[in-house]
Amino acid sequence: MHSMTNARPRLTVSGLHKQFLLHGQGGLEIDVMRDLSLTLHAGECLVLAGRSGIGKSTLLKMLHGDYCIDQGRIRLHFDDGTLDLETLPAYAWHGLRRDVIGYVSQFLRVVPRVAAVDVVMEPLLARGADEAESRQRAETLLARLNLPERMWQLPPGTFSGGEQQRVNIARGFIGEHPLLLLDEPTASLDATNRDVVIALIGEAKARGAAMLGIFHDEDVRDRVADRLLPLDDSLGARTAFTPNVQETLS
Amino acid sequence: MKKPALERPVLLDVQDITRLYGPAKGCEAIDFQLHAGEVLGIVGESGSGKSTLLRVLAGLEAPDAGRVVYRRHAGEDVLDRDEAELDLYAIGEARRRALLRLEWGLVHQNPRDGLRMGVSAGANIGERLMAQGQRHYGQLRATGQEWMRQVELDPGRIDDAPRTFSGGMQQRLQIARTLVTRPRLVFMDEPTGGLDVSVQARLLDMLRTLVRQLGLSVVLVTHDLAVARLLAHRLMVMRRGQVVETGLTDQILDDPQHEYTQLLVSSVLTP
Amino acid sequence: MDGYNFAYLDEQTKRMIRRALLKAVAIPGYQVPFGGREMPMPYGWGTGGVQLTASILGADDILKVIDQGADDTTNAVSIRHFFQRVAGVETTTATTAADVIQTRHRIPETPLRSGQILVFQVPIPEPLRFIEPSEQETRLMHALEEYGVMHVKLYEDIARYGHIATTYAYPVKVDGRYVMDPSPIPKFDNPKLDGNPALMLFGAGREKRLYAIPPYTRVESLDFEDHPFEIQSWEHTCALCGSDHSYLDEVITDDKGGRMFVCSDTDYCQTRRGEVA
Repeated sequence: MHSMTNARPRLTVSGLHKQFLLHGQGGLEIDVMRDLSLTLHAGECLVLAGRSGIGKSTLLKMLHGDYCIDQGRIRLHFDDGTLDLETLPAYAWHGLRRDVIGYVSQFLRVVPRVAAVDVVMEPLLARGADEAESRQRAETLLARLNLPERMWQLPPGTFSGGEQQRVNIARGFIGEHPLLLLDEPTASLDATNRDVVIALIGEAKARGAAMLGIFHDEDVRDRVADRLLPLDDSLGARTAFTPNVQETLS
Repeated sequence: MKKPALERPVLLDVQDITRLYGPAKGCEAIDFQLHAGEVLGIVGESGSGKSTLLRVLAGLEAPDAGRVVYRRHAGEDVLDRDEAELDLYAIGEARRRALLRLEWGLVHQNPRDGLRMGVSAGANIGERLMAQGQRHYGQLRATGQEWMRQVELDPGRIDDAPRTFSGGMQQRLQIARTLVTRPRLVFMDEPTGGLDVSVQARLLDMLRTLVRQLGLSVVLVTHDLAVARLLAHRLMVMRRGQVVETGLTDQILDDPQHEYTQLLVSSVLTP
Repeated sequence: MDGYNFAYLDEQTKRMIRRALLKAVAIPGYQVPFGGREMPMPYGWGTGGVQLTASILGADDILKVIDQGADDTTNAVSIRHFFQRVAGVETTTATTAADVIQTRHRIPETPLRSGQILVFQVPIPEPLRFIEPSEQETRLMHALEEYGVMHVKLYEDIARYGHIATTYAYPVKVDGRYVMDPSPIPKFDNPKLDGNPALMLFGAGREKRLYAIPPYTRVESLDFEDHPFEIQSWEHTCALCGSDHSYLDEVITDDKGGRMFVCSDTDYCQTRRGEVA
């Protein structure tokens, strides 16, 4: 059993609310999250559970700055202090995403006509990394994810869903961000590549990354989750519990 | 793990800029700061005042009220303290024009507005360098060829006139001509506006790369939200001369707050 | 000549032009607008130069007029006759004897001396015009010393021809400040502009602009470090006087391909022949 007691929290979320106000629908208000709290530690993967539409992706998007934080606190913890995301000015998010918070979404959004390998290495280049070295790391990752070498120089726009997803995963993991948000990274993958992703998650844990993920595939979920955070129709959750699953990665 | 250094010095401080041609024509009470290394997108429909604002910011048109302050010291050591902060419309015209020519850059929507169509590609790229006083033909030429490679133009065409180039190539030439003096701040007015979709993509990728490699700070005006998404870190949404919403690009596009932004975002066709 | 004021122009006009000339001398290379008058000759025939000459000419002055270096071409002859008729001044073809020399397209080979005035006829006074059609903008460019585009033109020359192919109206910088069109003189004559003891005045009739280079003013021809300014040189010497250091015209002598090179400065050539003989 993985012990969380002596791991320091990397992320704490408390009393998070989210409401969408749709002006076009006559000011329709939709509550999507109410009083959500969680704690996430370094080296841990917390998996969000609950029916589709319950707000799992919403939470990830709030943590990534895609959605406004209406109410509540999101804090990142560092050795030398904390950072409050709900008050972080917009200009600061760019650096935060580059260095701290990584995101693997379900959908690849890239500049059309840019080669897959360039898409993957961009997060490293953004930090000023050496180009040749970055390219090599990108190629290594693509090879691990079984993307045929002849496709590396092609733009992923024409790739199949699974191939695009693997480019996306490589791009998400290459930066080794200390906090990773995983939005169904294995959704359209075959068994072999699912295993690769599970291994990547294991390696990320080993280097101390904190991860918050959504996995619909129960087998994957059981293999990567240290804890589960179920979201129910009360639109929130106050605590996360440790699921009755054993560590599959040692 | 240490806290990341997220503070970025302010490069351009825009204070309460108003430039009106008539009621709600132009821009009104615009306030924002551009930080070093940031790409700020100004989006809105035609007539929203975004182009007027860009002209004021880029030093081409004096505002009715307000200040545009350029903090030259942002992010680097400056010896000349008097010059550390420049109030764009308080300094003399000579100083302002020199600033625009040497430290800033402007990329026009139509490359014909930004290029000298009568002289060769090499002369176009070299002009700003010559204005800075470079007087070595061989070096000017070498720099010209280097920049042509950088913007993916065939350096062998350095002596060809821009009119023999396609629209996309002309736009890349204009970008090379603008960036050759390594400006810190670049204004772009619909840089991919008049181009075929297939050409746009390549240009967008090139712009992203250049912004990263040169550490450019950019104010980008566009009506195309997809372009804004790919290039801009932060967005400012304008309507009828006023800013209705600002924020992180993804937030503006994924969780727009203002009624108008919601309408704008929901009106975009996605294939 | 009855019915005309001395030197054709009325005294008010001459004073106006002289005031403009004083300003031009005070700001070397700067283009001063003036109220140009209609002259009894078409634009392009030297109306600018003629008005300047008329304004500075004194009754005792000796006038020389040259066109392409020659005293005996149509333009030179007619302008010389004009001033003989309207001013009654003495004229000469000898450079050394002249007080005022009106010229089109050349500077005499014989070095000028202090006290002499050289008046140039100028078709297009604005050196920036080729690149900037707006007068307002070119004036601003001069005011702010935005002269980068001048080198764009020279760059373009080298890119196209391998060397600076501009051979006449070659742009200069006067006294380290204003870029100036020296009128369509061959670049061979550019070095004579620099530090010349004579006063040099430039008049453009159509554009109603005049400018000046005071005596002993520094005049530099624009160039690149690796493509320095150079004047033309000839393999030939003058077929008449044997000069190997003057500007030569190519003269076709028959329809069988015969040709010869002779000095374009007729007075210089004749003087040398007198000396040589």
